[in-house]
Amino acid sequence: MMSPAVKQSAQRKAYLNANIIAPAQGLNGRGGILIEDGWILAVGPKVTKESIGAGTASFDCAGATLIPGLIDMRVFTGEPGTEYRETLATASEAAAAGGVTTMIVMPNTQPVIDDAAIVDFILRRARDTALVRVAPMAAITKGLAGELMSEIGGLKEAGAVAVTDGTHAVANANLFRRALTYAKDFDMLVVQHVEEPSLSKGVMNLSESASRLGLAGNPSMSEVIMLERDIRLVEMTGARYHASQISCAASLEVIRGAKAKGLPVTCGVSIHHLTLNENDIGAYRTFFKLSPPLRTEDDRRALVAGVADGTIDVIVSSHDPQSADTKRLPFAEAAFGAIGLETMLSAALGLYHNENIPLGRLVEVLSSKPAEILGLETGRLAPGAPADFALVDLNMNWTVEETQLCSRSKNSPQEDRTLEGRVIETVVAGRTVYAYAR
Amino acid sequence: MTSPSRRSPLLKGQHLLAVDDISPLEINALLDLAETYVSEGNGPQRNPILQGQTQVNLFFEASTRTQSSFEIAGKRLGADVMNMAMSSSAISKGETVLDTAMTINAMRPNFLVVRHQSSGAVELLAQKVSCSVINAGDGQHEHPTQALLDALTIRRRKGSIEGLTVAICGDVLHSRVARSNIHMLNKLGARVRVVAPSTLLPTGIANFGVEVHRNMRDGLEGADVVMMLRLQLERMSGAFVPSQREYYRFYGLNEEKLRYAKPDALVMHPGPMNRGIEIDSNVADGAQSVIREQVEMGVAVRMAVLDALSRNWLGAKS
Repeated sequence: MMSPAVKQSAQRKAYLNANIIAPAQGLNGRGGILIEDGWILAVGPKVTKESIGAGTASFDCAGATLIPGLIDMRVFTGEPGTEYRETLATASEAAAAGGVTTMIVMPNTQPVIDDAAIVDFILRRARDTALVRVAPMAAITKGLAGELMSEIGGLKEAGAVAVTDGTHAVANANLFRRALTYAKDFDMLVVQHVEEPSLSKGVMNLSESASRLGLAGNPSMSEVIMLERDIRLVEMTGARYHASQISCAASLEVIRGAKAKGLPVTCGVSIHHLTLNENDIGAYRTFFKLSPPLRTEDDRRALVAGVADGTIDVIVSSHDPQSADTKRLPFAEAAFGAIGLETMLSAALGLYHNENIPLGRLVEVLSSKPAEILGLETGRLAPGAPADFALVDLNMNWTVEETQLCSRSKNSPQEDRTLEGRVIETVVAGRTVYAYAR
Repeated sequence: MTSPSRRSPLLKGQHLLAVDDISPLEINALLDLAETYVSEGNGPQRNPILQGQTQVNLFFEASTRTQSSFEIAGKRLGADVMNMAMSSSAISKGETVLDTAMTINAMRPNFLVVRHQSSGAVELLAQKVSCSVINAGDGQHEHPTQALLDALTIRRRKGSIEGLTVAICGDVLHSRVARSNIHMLNKLGARVRVVAPSTLLPTGIANFGVEVHRNMRDGLEGADVVMMLRLQLERMSGAFVPSQREYYRFYGLNEEKLRYAKPDALVMHPGPMNRGIEIDSNVADGAQSVIREQVEMGVAVRMAVLDALSRNWLGAKS
């Protein structure tokens, strides 16, 4: 279940003359899309000025690329509890500007999303205030404390699309085994932050750079160990499991092995880990302090290859708004996290332009695959599907400026970078929620 | 009167934050200047060049010797010195490093001497203030004036640092002194070794331009200088090494282990020492020890740093 986009557009409208990319529907080339009441009526090369009839409003895309709206599986907001960082409304503005039409929000709020009433609160607040669709993941353990299982069945009924402890790993193997076993009965996806806590006391990647900066490091094996343990538990229980973000080359091997065995395992990677590495930290730049940490350039390249070859299933923004209060501190004391909703697609297009990831593959990992993993009806361009899509100018250069960002927090690691490609219009349920002001 | 040559600029930057940032040329100029303060007896100056200047010692982490050394250095040059022990002050009321720094900056001191428990904190603070900032130790990152005083001590005893073999022994992992000294000694042309159990060595240390040894016999073999590091007591009880007893047995410097080094090798320690743990009293107080001299050189080096940094803004004013 997702927050319904109440502000549907009743008007029948066509977007014509677009370059439509939706590999899951076999669309790759010139065509149009006809929408009404928030739904897609027709899509493809046959939707033209002539075919839609004279009475239908139409917009000439002039060759711009049209893709299904992005589904971001890892978004943190400050609602409820720390609204000064971000609300569902401000996050949704950032999402709309980035072509993201569905945000999956994390349970790391105050109070924690570990109760059906809080799930309901999120869905109602999103319905009333957000520009894009919102669905929450709920906590695996009560209060994210890693001790007692939350009411997974009730949370699912209330509308949670998966369970996760968000920024925390469930470290207790026996508890995690039970949670997997129980979640399987409800066909609930279990999403894990893969990090062995006892090996993860550091603040950046364990490396020569960390030694030079005098910062404590986390070894990539911390991730690999947790991932390997979890996959054994998936083998035991048969539950659907998703590693929220992997960050290193060694994890790709583990995921490949699990998939080769036919286990119900998927994984994600953040856009940060695909476009940045540990050297970007430079002289203690806290916007690059992430969990898991940015790793080496070799790891980054391996992750890009993992997206291309299908080992990695989804790209997430891992959008985590942090205020100056928590970031303008000495590196070790600063909060983890970076925002990314607004820049995820543009940064990902850099992989298309410069690192040979096909555009169709990007659409899969940013939209259709997350929809499939979460069982959402969005993420596709087909008659009868929700009219959620984005129009993109693949070649427009733009510079990320703090003052232009919609997010309430400005901790963007892409700040001052020039990106190639940007969203020019975002449509949710047939309604334009963002239009680039040229 | 000050001669023009004596007051010519020595440092390019406004601050002294890290040895890694300064050139061998700058280092040698600082050491030469410090030498003049030593030869003048290290005492109160006939020409108090910092008269009317304000130096604030901002110590977020407790320190006895470094803080008093900076205080004496400033006073001998005629500066007004104020000490702020931050552990008992605003920080414990929830104020951030930057707020504290900007508050003090608004009172327009000329120097801020800062120690902080977090790596990079002093650099962060330096970005926000208009005065000259001197790093008196940040986390596990750098402690540049300690490396300068160590270099001065070695240079005075050995004539030159180039070509010497220096063994840095002990808790390299957690030591800002070790990092600053590795950079310093490499820049001055020494051969640097580190000697420690692998649990106390940082990842990638071999790429810092050092030879890595895991036992004292190999590490001290033929060394001209043996530099011991302090091992914090809480790290000796099973977390990084099994026990004090075991650490002393394999890595504590006693007369027997010192014999692996050259007969005239210098023994150094940045202090405070754990006698009987990383260093034996016989060695610490022995003929080869220059540990007290290090403290003396500390004052001269800090006078030189204050002097050198003041030239930049005094120069800009005139």
